[in-house]
Amino acid sequence: MKKEDIPQDLSSLGKITKEICYATDPSGNYVTELSQGWDIKIAALDIAWQDIRDRMEAARKKVLNNEASPLLFFMERGLMDIAMVAGYTGFWKWQVKNHMKPVPFKKLPDKKLRRYAEIFNISVEDLKNMNVYED
Amino acid sequence: MSMKIEFEHKQAAHCETGVTRNLLRYAGVEKMTEPLAFGIGAGLFFVYVPFLKINHGPAIAFRTFPGQIFSRTCKALSVPVIRKKFSGKDPAELFLETCLENGQPVGCQVGVYYLSYFPKEYRFHFNAHNLVVYGKEQDNYIISDPVMEHPTTLTSYELGRVRFARGALAPHGKLYYPKKGSLVTDEQVKKAIKKGIGRNVRNMLHIPGNITGVKGIRYTGNKIKKWRTRLGIKKAGLYLAQLVRMQEEIGTGGGGFRYIYGAFLQEAHAYLPDDQLPEISAMFTRSGDAWREAAVLAAGIYKGRLGSQEDFNEMGDRLHEIAGMEKQAFEALSKIKWHS
Repeated sequence: MKKEDIPQDLSSLGKITKEICYATDPSGNYVTELSQGWDIKIAALDIAWQDIRDRMEAARKKVLNNEASPLLFFMERGLMDIAMVAGYTGFWKWQVKNHMKPVPFKKLPDKKLRRYAEIFNISVEDLKNMNVYED
Repeated sequence: MSMKIEFEHKQAAHCETGVTRNLLRYAGVEKMTEPLAFGIGAGLFFVYVPFLKINHGPAIAFRTFPGQIFSRTCKALSVPVIRKKFSGKDPAELFLETCLENGQPVGCQVGVYYLSYFPKEYRFHFNAHNLVVYGKEQDNYIISDPVMEHPTTLTSYELGRVRFARGALAPHGKLYYPKKGSLVTDEQVKKAIKKGIGRNVRNMLHIPGNITGVKGIRYTGNKIKKWRTRLGIKKAGLYLAQLVRMQEEIGTGGGGFRYIYGAFLQEAHAYLPDDQLPEISAMFTRSGDAWREAAVLAAGIYKGRLGSQEDFNEMGDRLHEIAGMEKQAFEALSKIKWHS
């Protein structure tokens, strides 16, 4: 890539920090240059997030239909899987799976709910009621 | 506790090579640069791991296994390394504080997901990010994250959390640093460069199986041609987007690390004036360009502008071409007879 071809399409990262690109100068020597983003990458990240929003929406419906507990929704929102939730909370995987069901979830004491709430950066109340605030 | 070590934060394209360069410079190896660390550490790679999914997409990497670049570079230069993992957050923090009190900046492997200074859009569960901690003011650790333009901070809670991220490649609080006061001669650098090139040739051309190196690129090309019918157009688009992110996202320097490698071969030429190195460097530049052109084609698909089977075939063919280019480049490297 030539130095003058380094794209400068402002990405969400570009607002916080620019990234270093390696490119060649007119005599073919490598130099580094800052870039604030590239459309091609922005679009790739956008569709990854669209997919995550789709998963969250599907999870939300399941919770509202009483097919799953809010834990499923927050797991999708946190881009996690069951093994990861188990790893962070210290529960066993089978316990997490069980807590994904509405009835066992409702029986959980606040103390256990707090372990889940912490990894999702939310309060116990928000976990119970599937509240989300845009951040 | 309040302290700050005189440590030069220098931004880099890639986190591990950036940390390696910054720590080695601090340790006294002033000639170290990011491309040198990448090349000596034999950083260039390609692998597609079938049956493994990352974020619901294909597991593809353009670089060698995390941690290898730092280890190989230090080893090749005979710089002793101190390395430690921990069973819990408290001993991990205690050890870190002791290092800082002794004036030693340390590299830490961390997860990106809870990294508060990163924009939310970039915070996936990637656990092989690297940064340097080089001071503490009240409850804030001073952080040199090589992909950031400027130093930043994390509270002790936040740092503990990212050092003990869970999931694949969990860091377990891993910290590391090269021993200070290491003298490295030009002779050693020359030897290390040759060794790094040799290892990279081996990794790209001679690993058995068909999922790594240039064979892995070809294999991925074959896979891509089948994605449309196997996965449906939407998921196939997501898979391509993941390929492009692995190739171009922060930390690669562009073109799936091929440009950094091109820069390395130019720097190697200054140590080892072999006539072929500049030409082979240009081959990697062309390969990086070809990767980026393929990314533009992929984006046409995941943006919905393209999407026919022919487009997927073309995408697969592009990867076959790239595999051919890189095979040539590495074979040329393997044939060099070093004079010095």
